[in-house]
Amino acid sequence: MPKIKIDKNRCKGCYLCIVNCPNSLIKIDDELNAKGVKPVVFSGGKCTGCAMCAIICPEFIIEVYK
Amino acid sequence: MKKKNRKKINRSASKRAGKKVEEKLVFSRPQSLRDVDMHYCAGCGHSIVHRLVCEVIDEFKIRDRVIGIAPVGCAVIAYDYWDFDVSEAAHGRTPAVATAIKRVRPDNIVFTYQGDGDLAAIGTAEIIHAANRGENITVIFVNNGVYGMTGGQMAPTTLAGQKTSTSIAGRSLRNDGYPLKMLEMLAVLPGVRYLERVSVHSAQEIFRAKRAISKALGVVKSY
Ligand SMILES: Cc1ncc(C[n+]2csc(CCOP(=O)(O)OP(=O)(O)O)c2C)c(N)n1
Ligand code: SF4
Ligand code: SF4
Ligand code: SF4
Repeated sequence: MPKIKIDKNRCKGCYLCIVNCPNSLIKIDDELNAKGVKPVVFSGGKCTGCAMCAIICPEFIIEVYK
Repeated sequence: MKKKNRKKINRSASKRAGKKVEEKLVFSRPQSLRDVDMHYCAGCGHSIVHRLVCEVIDEFKIRDRVIGIAPVGCAVIAYDYWDFDVSEAAHGRTPAVATAIKRVRPDNIVFTYQGDGDLAAIGTAEIIHAANRGENITVIFVNNGVYGMTGGQMAPTTLAGQKTSTSIAGRSLRNDGYPLKMLEMLAVLPGVRYLERVSVHSAQEIFRAKRAISKALGVVKSY
């Protein structure tokens, strides 16, 4: 099953990955990260490994596994 | 397509047989991009363009041949992020510095990285004359429509009606003139070989931008 890994303490909270996931599998976390923003988390589910989230992420902190 | 399907079937067959399907990393940071946090604002396209440049450099295997020139503007410390040779230039002067580097080191692939305040305002003369001379350099022009580093002031490229910190009611064509069409201006010069306008606001556009950067770096010939 394809999946993604997000280095959440380096997330700046731009949420571009949320907008770009065609399957809406990324959501905002409830707790702040080391940068003081609410990072994103992978909510699991039917990830296709399309890497749209990783391609748009300006911090390059999303790794995609297939 | 057929091959892909077969792969899929094989995979599910091995899954059924209880075999562990190995996970493969299919997307991560390119090697010529340093693994450090960037100073850019959340969501800024500069970092995406930095990464695309690095992806192309890695894929073309030109890391030891490429020399970038960082601008004045938000991307001023691009050399802290790019793990290949990078020089710095005074505001707007990267095409002049690139001209010099390319002429003394013709075997290197030389590119400039410039914002719109850099290329379309203070450095208008440099870019037009470098283009008109047909210098064998690549220019990556990142147009965000404002002077980002200094506080979002109006640039020559700011769109009509666009609000900036120095055009709070929107750019007035009557007072401020029309947005400068740099690409269209450069397109009429015979010294220019390739121009393309792309964006990095969606994954699809990022693919197109990467293709454009590959073409731009790939067509630079060493004389
Ligand atoms: C000769 C000179 N004039 C003015 C400045 C001040 N200055 C620094 S960055 C900048 C504008 C940069 O805007 P742009 O090129 O659009 O890049 P961005 O920050 O938007 O990426 C200016 C005017 C300077 N550093 N040097
Ligand atoms: S695109 Fe990257 S930096 Fe932006 S919210 Fe998603 S993981 Fe965080
Ligand atoms: S790889 Fe594709 S499907 Fe999976 S989380 Fe990222 S954008 Fe969504
Ligand atoms: S001011 Fe604009 S160009 Fe500069 S880092 Fe922030 S978003 Fe990017």
